[in-house]
Amino acid sequence: MLNLAGYGPQIFQGTIVTVELSLLSLVVSFIIGLLGASAKLSKSRFLRGLATVYTTIIRGVPDLVLMLLIFYSLQIWLNDATDYLNSIQNSIDFEVSLDPFTSGVITLGFIYGAYFTETFRGAFMAVPRGQLEAARAFGMKPLLVFRRILFPQMMRYALPGLANNWQVILKATALVSLIGLSDIIKAAQYAGEGTFRTFFFMSIAGLVYLFLTTISNGVLLLLERKYAVGVRKAVL
Amino acid sequence: MIYILQNFGREFLYTDGYHITGLAMTLWLLLISCSIGFCIALPLAILRNARNPLIWGPVWVYTFVIRGTPLYVQLLIIYTGFYGLDFVRNSAPLAAFFKQGIDCTLLAFALNTGAYTTEIFAGAIRDTSFGEVEAARSLGMSQFTLYRRIIIPSALRRALPVYSNEVILMLHATTLAFTATVPDLLKVANDAYAATYNPFASFATVALIYLCISFTLIFAFRKAEGHFLAFLKP
Repeated sequence: MLNLAGYGPQIFQGTIVTVELSLLSLVVSFIIGLLGASAKLSKSRFLRGLATVYTTIIRGVPDLVLMLLIFYSLQIWLNDATDYLNSIQNSIDFEVSLDPFTSGVITLGFIYGAYFTETFRGAFMAVPRGQLEAARAFGMKPLLVFRRILFPQMMRYALPGLANNWQVILKATALVSLIGLSDIIKAAQYAGEGTFRTFFFMSIAGLVYLFLTTISNGVLLLLERKYAVGVRKAVL
Repeated sequence: MIYILQNFGREFLYTDGYHITGLAMTLWLLLISCSIGFCIALPLAILRNARNPLIWGPVWVYTFVIRGTPLYVQLLIIYTGFYGLDFVRNSAPLAAFFKQGIDCTLLAFALNTGAYTTEIFAGAIRDTSFGEVEAARSLGMSQFTLYRRIIIPSALRRALPVYSNEVILMLHATTLAFTATVPDLLKVANDAYAATYNPFASFATVALIYLCISFTLIFAFRKAEGHFLAFLKP
């Protein structure tokens, strides 16, 4: 019934690429989000302004436009930079070329970092100030305060937003096939063109995405339960 | 950048001389898909809150499938997939419909935003306060009047902030139209890039245009919120 016409391994490979891409982008955007939120809440006006410009621009421009912009421009800038370096020292030929996967991770991380910044900013502000003051009064260094007090409590408030962002990232990886990554969509397209059954193979790709989003929903529910330990819900 | 604006300015805004392109096309896609999506979503949101699982079940499946898969996949299924099916190719009207990139794009976009909007409205309807419904019932309103006069106006108002978000996301999603050969803003930017080999100028121009549309929409929705949600003001 499920006749993949020999394209099974390719589709499986594509699925792996999609999952890797989304996980790596998640890590990158998570880190950018933490940095961005810290910048937005910092005392320095310059950092606050920078973070605000970043989140406003990124969230106002479609992700596909940003992806094409960064993907094509980054390579040219890198070429210019390496040309410049080569012109300084002629001894070695220095070259950096970006493959679609790396630039996919960079662009997705950079784009969704803005969304994470907003999520984390809200979550940071939701942690009671007294807790941070108490931690500082105990003599904890800022990093320790972050690790022991701020982060664990902030995560509880951030999780619903994180869950949402993760789903969006997972679905946004589909766009990376447009800049040439051999992910599940490319595999499904090749298979469809080879067998003239595009509908069938595209539906398979859709089902794979559906499977991934459903699984991650389950995992996020578990995480939510873990971080909600010790929190009493109001019984209405 | 100036070269691009001089040579592609008109295409970016409204036409290449033969078709609607650029900004006009993007806004057209946004308007049509959001209108159709709204019309799909309103009845489905009511059905989504029905007590009978045979009624809310199918609606749930629809929103679950659409919200669980990327729009790009949906567009590819509709644009490249359907035309390959025998029954589509054998029926003239269907074949004519699915041959057109813009028809497929609008169908995919409307189905997509319809699913998200359904969940938004359904959530707002679910949150209608018990007292409002009770009061309406005690006044002897029929089920239809109850929905028409009380539940839907109040739910739509409360859904407005979330719905504005969805419209912005839909604006961002219209960029996918160029993969189905629809000449929207991004397609023009792509042409400009192909003509000049200057990716930064071409895509930055179009990014600025999108930024302006986003800000205009946000401003308009904020005005609308001030008007329709005035009773919530502190």
